[in-house]
Amino acid sequence: MTHPENAAEFLKDSQKAKWHDETLWFVRDKRDKVSKGIPEWEQLRELASGIKDNVLANLADYLEEFERNATKNGIIVHWAADSEEHNRLVLEILQQQNCTAVVKSKSILTEECHLNPYLEKHGVEVVDTDLGERIVQFLNQPPSHIVLPAIHLKKGEISELFHEKLNTEKGNEDPAYLTQAARVHLREKFFAAKVAITGVNFGIAETGEFIVCTNEGNADMGVHLAQVHIACMGIEKILPRRKDLGVFLRLLARSATGQPITNYNSHFRSPSPGKEIHIILVDNGRTAQLAREKFRNSLKCIRCGACMNTCPIYRRSGGFSYNSTVPGPIGSILSPGLDLKKHSSLPFASTLCGSCTDVCPVKINIHEQLYEWRQEVTKTQGEFAKGLAMKLASGIFKSPLAYKISGSLMRNALKSLPNSLIYHPLNSWGKNRNLPDAPKESFQQWYRKNRS
Amino acid sequence: MKANSPSVALFIPCYVDQFYPQVGIATLELLEKLGCKVTYPSGQTCCGQPLANAGYARDTVGTATHFIETFNDYDYVVCPSGSCTLHVKEHFPAIAGLEKEQEALGHKIYELIEFITDVLKIEKLEGKFPHRVGFHSSCHGQRGLHLSSGSELNQPPYNKARKLLENLAGLEWVELSRTDECCGFGGTFAVTEEALSIQMGKDRLADHLEHKTEILTGGDMSCIMHLQGIATRSKQELKFLHLAEILNQSLS
Amino acid sequence: MSSREKILSAIRSLTLESKALPDIPNFSNSGDLVERFTQSISGNKGEVLSKGELEEWFSSSGFSKVISRSSQFSELATLSLPEDPHALETLEVAILDGQFGVAENGAIWLEDRQLGLRALPFATEHLVIVLDRNLLEDTMHQGYEKIAAAHSGFGLFLAGPSKTADIEQSLVIGAQGAKSLRVVLI
Repeated sequence: MTHPENAAEFLKDSQKAKWHDETLWFVRDKRDKVSKGIPEWEQLRELASGIKDNVLANLADYLEEFERNATKNGIIVHWAADSEEHNRLVLEILQQQNCTAVVKSKSILTEECHLNPYLEKHGVEVVDTDLGERIVQFLNQPPSHIVLPAIHLKKGEISELFHEKLNTEKGNEDPAYLTQAARVHLREKFFAAKVAITGVNFGIAETGEFIVCTNEGNADMGVHLAQVHIACMGIEKILPRRKDLGVFLRLLARSATGQPITNYNSHFRSPSPGKEIHIILVDNGRTAQLAREKFRNSLKCIRCGACMNTCPIYRRSGGFSYNSTVPGPIGSILSPGLDLKKHSSLPFASTLCGSCTDVCPVKINIHEQLYEWRQEVTKTQGEFAKGLAMKLASGIFKSPLAYKISGSLMRNALKSLPNSLIYHPLNSWGKNRNLPDAPKESFQQWYRKNRS
Repeated sequence: MKANSPSVALFIPCYVDQFYPQVGIATLELLEKLGCKVTYPSGQTCCGQPLANAGYARDTVGTATHFIETFNDYDYVVCPSGSCTLHVKEHFPAIAGLEKEQEALGHKIYELIEFITDVLKIEKLEGKFPHRVGFHSSCHGQRGLHLSSGSELNQPPYNKARKLLENLAGLEWVELSRTDECCGFGGTFAVTEEALSIQMGKDRLADHLEHKTEILTGGDMSCIMHLQGIATRSKQELKFLHLAEILNQSLS
Repeated sequence: MSSREKILSAIRSLTLESKALPDIPNFSNSGDLVERFTQSISGNKGEVLSKGELEEWFSSSGFSKVISRSSQFSELATLSLPEDPHALETLEVAILDGQFGVAENGAIWLEDRQLGLRALPFATEHLVIVLDRNLLEDTMHQGYEKIAAAHSGFGLFLAGPSKTADIEQSLVIGAQGAKSLRVVLI
């Protein structure tokens, strides 16, 4: 299904859609307020953007520096060109450990690589330990938001789910009660797991350490109890210096949820005695995106989710409407690079309002890239684009305007389409909206009569 | 009119020309009242934004060339639309052979309100408009042309339109819950994402109605056309005027 | 070609405009550090208290499984640090010394040296951190300056108890990790 179809479906449950919009708006509003408490906020964004520019311009060097330092510290570094290789590497480490059950904290990268189904196919039980992720995992759903995975669900739905899966009291919807039940369930898993998987927020070239941020403490519960820690990191997550974290940690949580920092910000530099840390550096389309000059700086993304919270489309259509691992504005500029055909409607799921660009802590020009992806989509995706031109013509720019615009504009766009299509009676504009009353004369006509 | 007044060319967006001639007239009369020598260059068409936003920027070379040539001989180009102004400034394809003219155009084209406040340097207008006015901040005007501060940014608050409006005697400014959320027009978006577009429009209207807006105004008729279309269909009691109409009426 | 070579050569084959690495100014804020730190901790749903207040809480709670790595409260310990972190499953209270705190967000820096076992501040039910009130930094920039050359296998900025808002955005304290954080400023 295309984004418009999914969005229309989402909006059918108008009460829930309204709740979704208001809840995410509240998060954005918190972000606005907390960011205004930092006088140097805009300067920090500029710095973060500048640091990431430098990273992307010197990525190969920084990756090698990171590898060198991490190896020196006793971390085992692996490289994966694509998702298959990433998944295979994870499985191999698990098999070496004879491990058939792992705990995993939030990692968008492993979602992108579809690690869970791969491991399950090979007989490994994967327990997602972020509460929101555990909830959607019980439902066999992907996360609908990169920071708030279960934001599409109401507590009633979660209560029913936990009654079935965790044997909680039927009808008890108290979030504290439900969270406590999950705590008991997850702690049992933590204490039993031999291997723990985490994502990575930042990797530091200078020191070879990597940083994982959570509020629940689930990443740490997993890795410090397990014998082996596997960290999965996209190659763009590198930062040059330890002190760069000062900039990024000041921005990350404030942008994401409006809190001054996540409660746990763990810096992994070498394993505890007798234990192992593996890190997998994953490309999976990132070098291809780096090669696309117009879209290169989408790789600056630190996955804070602020663009989703602010996006008037995302708030009213939900994460699943995008049908892409990373939804929302940032997903709409990342996903077409992975599969243009599948994601061709995403660059159009925007009014180009630009709010995403202005909340982005690393100043990615998201809405401008959406515009640029549209130009790419129409080059290769004839069908969809033609449909657009048709709708455009049959909508507001219906007669008399199409005729009146004398330049080559409309004719150029519409030359390949038969008139019967252009003036198709279906009129998306008018379904729920009136057209303005046609005035008796145009401005041009008035001007000719009154001023020349 | 002063003898040495700069020559101002009016750029009236295609849909304003066709559907809202009164906005074009108000823009013209207002600029004349403020002492400008205004011409409407004949033969002007469209800026090409609808096509470019639909992914066909490459097909707008002819339109852009025509536009640059049409407006080349004037000191300023003034347009009662932030969105079209932004398109000319930032999204015209590069036109070979007209590099200098294109560069110059980018610097001399202004949205109406910013022309009044930034070029004519008018701080306040003497007039009256005794109504409760709700302002719709168009995204391209705000985040593109920076006609007002954005709620997302940590910057001192300002709003060029508000500055002019608030000086009008009797005008009550409506404070909204969400001061600068998109209305959901978005050009082709309005038809390709019809359901979302309508919902976004309804939500903006609800904010205005809840805060007792009597007249909803803005600098972009496209947003207002969309909002008015929804309000009319749902029989909501709201009036809609372009900023040019309010300012022009209040000065008469 | 290995994936490593493939990735690195793919990047090196691109002509990338050079971009200088920006310097980070030494941003600072005004205001009393202790006051701001205390506000930050309570904003993160932790609590700042005095030594006496902690002792009072302790005596009224009757904990039987307590590990203390702080010399300030060694008498409160009932257990010594185990070798295997799995033994922490039923631990009620862990008391640790913090290295320093950051006023802007309440983050407290801990390293292997303070932790003993890395799982300790997460696995315990309640966490107490003892911090010298003269060791507060203004922002994260000063914080990182302080640990620029420090080398610990594991380090952590900890700012509050384990929390989640994954169910309808309702804040719940005590997700998977410690259910509470008390910071004793001395």
